[in-house]
Amino acid sequence: MIELAGITKVYQLGGIAYPALSDINLTIARNEFLALTGASGSGKSTMMNILGCLDLPTSGRYTLDDEEVAGLDEDQLASVRNRKVGFVFQNFYLMPRMTAIDNVAQPLIYRGIGPAQRRAYAEKALGRVGLGDRMRHRPNEMSGGQRQRVAVARALVGHPELLLADEPTGNLDSRTAGEILDLFAQLHAEGQTVVIVTHDPSIAARCHRRVRLHDGRIAEDVSG
Amino acid sequence: MAEPNTEALSELPEDVGGSRKLLYAIQECLRSAMSAIRSHRLRSFLTMLGIIIGVASVICVIAMVQGLTKSITDQFAGLGASTLTLEAYTPIEDMLRGKQNRLRVEDLHELQARVDGISHITPVVPVPTSSVTYGSQQAAGQFFGTTESLMDVQQLFPASGRFLTKSDDDSRRRVVVLGDRIRKDLELPDHPEGQFVQIGREWFKVVGVMESRGNIMGQNLDQFLLMPYQTALSYSSDQVRPNIQITFVVDDQDSVETVRQQVGAVIRRAHGIDKDKPDDFRVQASDSFLKTFSTIMSTITAVVAGIVGISLLVGGIGIMNIMLVSVTERTREIGIAKALGAPRRFILLQFLIEAMVLAVIGGIIGMLIGFALAYGVSALIPNFPAPTVPWWAVAGSTLFSMFIGMIFGILPASKAANLTPIDALRYE
Repeated sequence: MIELAGITKVYQLGGIAYPALSDINLTIARNEFLALTGASGSGKSTMMNILGCLDLPTSGRYTLDDEEVAGLDEDQLASVRNRKVGFVFQNFYLMPRMTAIDNVAQPLIYRGIGPAQRRAYAEKALGRVGLGDRMRHRPNEMSGGQRQRVAVARALVGHPELLLADEPTGNLDSRTAGEILDLFAQLHAEGQTVVIVTHDPSIAARCHRRVRLHDGRIAEDVSG
Repeated sequence: MAEPNTEALSELPEDVGGSRKLLYAIQECLRSAMSAIRSHRLRSFLTMLGIIIGVASVICVIAMVQGLTKSITDQFAGLGASTLTLEAYTPIEDMLRGKQNRLRVEDLHELQARVDGISHITPVVPVPTSSVTYGSQQAAGQFFGTTESLMDVQQLFPASGRFLTKSDDDSRRRVVVLGDRIRKDLELPDHPEGQFVQIGREWFKVVGVMESRGNIMGQNLDQFLLMPYQTALSYSSDQVRPNIQITFVVDDQDSVETVRQQVGAVIRRAHGIDKDKPDDFRVQASDSFLKTFSTIMSTITAVVAGIVGISLLVGGIGIMNIMLVSVTERTREIGIAKALGAPRRFILLQFLIEAMVLAVIGGIIGMLIGFALAYGVSALIPNFPAPTVPWWAVAGSTLFSMFIGMIFGILPASKAANLTPIDALRYE
């Protein structure tokens, strides 16, 4: 379970305080399929950084899978990201020099898992996203859709509590985008908690719960 | 699909222990370093160039110096450290006043009678001439009178014929043993025993030729002629009193210093030297030349090592520079790694290892080039001994390269490790 209570985030720029998030209270149950929407400047990105433990809130409590995140130091935060969060980015963010399987296995390195086991888990994860036959390819030998599938496999390989996707279809054509969304839906069906950050209402529509941010506050929270 | 996720979750192993984790991390960092270096071959090579040149020059110099030292040490090995030579010594002021201290035949008897723990007491008396003829051929060299024990003291044996014997000495036979160079100069056959050579107006029968010892630093060691001690004394009796040298072996290697002092005391008494007057003789170990030589060679090595150390520093700065560029170029990758949960120390280790791998590869290439260079140079110089690369030079160069890589990798690596994941991911 994911719980945000009284979360605020204030950026200091040249001595002036810019509040990006104010008093966010949000609970995401296990196996929810949630879209986080909002216009640019709404605090969407800040929200995603905090949800993904890339950044710490200025105040408030954030509990991720029974672990209190606020107040952790940089390396502890890295460890939480490694174990509990799987990221999917708009630009895929794969390592260009590594093959698909090595890209997928990368998060497991930081967990201290040996090479043979890493390989086995990565193969399994690639199988789950339907890329079992593309393991030895490098990113530049794959299509955008395939790259994003590799990224999803990498996000899944560590069995995260939260699969966090930031505009995952932003760089894909509509057909491929549909396939990727189908993949998220399938993962959700398999029990995965999925949060998609997007500005695209048609993508949000496919999610079961939609949280819309406006001026750093939750403006709308609808299910169904 | 019935909850495959939870099933899979239970399979994933927990964090493993520290040392295994570090091992895997190092393994992974090495792999990533090799891949980064391979993907920029030319740039990596240019980066290594400073280290390559530094290590190549140090290995080249050390190899040549060591080769030279080894060949000289080998040539001296037969002499043994426990061989002492007693010879007259005249301080330079006295020499200018025309005074010349000498060792006399009586000193030899004193040594034989009064000093314990020495054997093979061998007198060497210079023969006051340096020219020998055979037919129309003439040869020059150093001529000495000595006894049969010189063979054991100097570990020098005849290649043909025999050495001088006690009976040669007792009967003052007019026989000589030649150094190989003298034999060649006289154009004598390989086995010249029975031939007669002429020294001054006297005829001597050749009884043997000694093994060749070659050159030490351009000096031929085979340019000598030996005759029996007593023969030499009688030959020079009409000349000035001979100044003899006495070589002897100290039986117990550990008592060399005691024996040296004992010899000093005996000779001082024999010469009637007052307590406050300096010695008029010297007791030298046969390896003193070797010691001086080694000192010179170590100094050369140290000076070269110092110069090379500076060039390695410059090489290290080159590595640091390129690593800083590399960190900037790979900011996005660092951001990804951090987002995926790489701790600070992992990123630090990754870039440190990359800098160290660069430096060590440079070091290894430098070693190979240095070795080849040493062989090339010593092949070009005639009579130069083969170079030797001692293990400590190889280990030292590798470790020092690694150290340079580590020192100059710290700044770029900590720059990489200190990036925040959000900024690094956003970097265009």
